[in-house]
This record gives sequence, C-alpha cells and structure tokens, in this order.
Amino acid sequence: MLETTALACERGGLRLFSDLGFALDGGGLLRVRGANGSGKTTLLRTLAGLTRPAAGTVRWRGSAIGELGETYGSEMLFLGHSPAVKDELTVLENLEFSSRISGLEIPQSKIKNALEQLGIARLSNLPAGHLSQGQRRRTALARLALPNPATLWLLDEPFAALDDEAIERVSALCAAHLAAGGLLVLTSHQDVAIAAPAAQTLELPAAASIELRG
Amino acid sequence: MRGFAIIARRDLRIALRRKGDVLNVLVFFVLVASLFALGVGPEPNQLRAIVPGVVWVGALLAALLSLPRLFAADFADGTLEQMLVSPQPLAVVVLAKIAAHWLSTGLPLALAAPLIGLQYGLPSEALLVLLASLLLGTPVLSLLGAAGAALTLGARGAGALLGLLLLPLFVPVLVFGAGAVTASLTGINPSAHLSLLGAFLAVSSLIGPWAACAALRVALD
Repeated sequence: MLETTALACERGGLRLFSDLGFALDGGGLLRVRGANGSGKTTLLRTLAGLTRPAAGTVRWRGSAIGELGETYGSEMLFLGHSPAVKDELTVLENLEFSSRISGLEIPQSKIKNALEQLGIARLSNLPAGHLSQGQRRRTALARLALPNPATLWLLDEPFAALDDEAIERVSALCAAHLAAGGLLVLTSHQDVAIAAPAAQTLELPAAASIELRG
Repeated sequence: MRGFAIIARRDLRIALRRKGDVLNVLVFFVLVASLFALGVGPEPNQLRAIVPGVVWVGALLAALLSLPRLFAADFADGTLEQMLVSPQPLAVVVLAKIAAHWLSTGLPLALAAPLIGLQYGLPSEALLVLLASLLLGTPVLSLLGAAGAALTLGARGAGALLGLLLLPLFVPVLVFGAGAVTASLTGINPSAHLSLLGAFLAVSSLIGPWAACAALRVALD
C-alpha cells in the first residue's frame, strides 16, 4: 500500500540518502533507524508529503501522494517532533481540535476515554501551558487512542520524553493498529517491542548505500 | 467550510485567552494617534486636517505589530505542520487564520478609530467615513499581511523585515483610506475613494491567501 521507488532526499544541499525503495502492506511495521542527522525525520516528512524528495516517488495505494492531495491527509496520521499542543488551550480542547482538523467528529466521551488511555484524564481541563514535556507528548499521542480512520501512521520519535508506563501504552496502541491491518512507520532510538504481523527495519547509514533487512 | 469554522474558532479562542496581545495592539494604536496631538500643537483646524492620515498610519503600524504572530506560534509548536498534513485544503486554513486575525485586530482597530476621530473633533459624517474606510481597508492589511508573515516565517528579525516588505504594499490603502476621510471633510463625496478601497480588498483577497499558501509550503519543506 505504501511504497517508495528510488527515493532520494536532501537537506540544506546535503544528500542524505538516495535510491531508497521499500514497500509496506497492511499490518506492516517499518522501523527507521540511523545516527543523528542520517535523515530519519526527513524521510518521515517526505512520506507525509511535507518535504519534496530530490528524486523518486512515494506512492499510496498505487498513486503518487502529490496527486492524492487532501484524500491522503484523511488516511494518514503524522506526528512530528513538535507535539502541536497549544499552551492556551486545555488538554481536552487540544485533542478535540486535532481530531476535528483531521476531519473527525468525535463525541466528548470518546475523547475523554482517549485521554484516560494515555493516563492524562485528570489533566483534561488544565491549560497545556502547565504540562511537562512528557505530558505534552502524551496529549499529542492521545490521538492514537481515538477511533481513527487513518490507515497509515507516521510517528517520529513517539517514545521520546515518555516514561515506561506511557511507552507501554503507546506500543500497545501501535500493536492494536497493526493487528487491525494498519501500517506504521516509526523512527526511534529506543528498542521498544511492538507486536507486528510483518516487521522490517530500515537502516539509514551515514554513507549513501541503503540496507533493507526483512 | 467546516474546517474554516474549526480553525477560525480556535484562533479566536486563543486570542481571547491572550487578551494582552489584542490590548497591546489597541493601546499602541490609541497612543500613536494621540501623540500627534501633543507633537503638532493645540490648533484645532490644523489637527483636524491631519487626523485622517494620523489614524490611518496608526492603524497600519498597529496591524504591523500584530502580524508576525499570525503564523509564528503555530509554526513553532508544529500545529502548522499538522494543518498541512490534515485533509483541510491549505487555502481554507490560511483564510480561516486571516479571518480570525482580522476579527481580533482589524475590527477592534476600526471600532476604536471613531473615538480617536471624536477626540480630534471630527464631524459625525467624517467619523462614519473613517469607520467605513477602516472596515474596508483593515481586511486588506490582514490579507496582504498574511502573505508577508508567511514569507518571513522562521527568519531572524522577522518583525523588521515584515515592515520593509509590507509598508510599501500598504501605501495605496493608506492613500485612499485617508483620502476618503479628507474628501468628506472638504465636502467632496468620498464614495470614489471607498470604491477603490473595495477594489483593493477584492484584489488582495485573491492575491494574499494564494501567496501565503505558496510561502507556507516553502517554509515547511
């Protein structure tokens, strides 16, 4: 369903990787690994359609994502480095907004349930400005616990700043998503176990050659 | 259309919770407009002649003060990125943010302007023209300002850069906005000036959001 052919990305005139090709199907997990600056985030942003690749294409269900436009947006969930949590809004309002903007109309009980799953239900009426780094992260990740039509999850360092308990909850949500036939691309420095029907690891080296291990 | 309402409502809610920012712009406007009276001296006729320009320049500078924040906060915390990958068309996102910006800065400025006009002793007919000219002109500031704010996103010293970029573009609005009030003061029908302001509004509502969208895509690449 998600495939790349001869993908090459550059950042600030520097070639990060080239000739990258992989295919990911329903239930597939792709872990992207590599040293700092090897292009993990750039790869994820390219898959999300935020960054244009220097060469090659990203295809979703057979068509290039550039042509899919907004329909791709409703099938894909991207969580980047910045948690996109607004200080002025409460935790509940933040989650409400991020679900609405992705085109979902979700009753408040389900939103509260999602916050509960991430262990931040008691903070729901607190302005996000008072949250710790980890709690902010949890607020952003609570989107994963909402009833979600997005088939493809692109998560950039989802476990950063989380404690063991939260890591466990998030990896359980990821496993459930994969078991239901979803796709997951993930960058992480931590080795978090996620049960997946099909798992691949993509190693982004500092050099230009790319290794793909099944 | 739903996306527009969601984003505009969120931006207005944030503006309401950061009342300081909105008040800053208004107080700045009133102060700038009032300082001229102190600088020029107490001669009423002389003052009345310069009010249209004074109020309009004050409104331009106050709008300029608020514009760097239009996209910067959403850019810094990743919200803009989320809006770009969301199923909402970027043009809707930009238009909603522009609408919220105008409601939280342009509209208060337009409503405060007649009070300043009153302070300078403008006749009631000129006050109405002043209000009309600002109601037509301040949306232009938000629309073109959005393009400027998107272009300077992430740049160091974005505020100063924004002034250099936008003030020349604001000149026609200033000329015809202040011109409408001056015309009404001298007994000329101001409708020609106001029509031209309306034309600027129509043109900038096409150009501004389009340029802002293009600039945002580049900024987030």
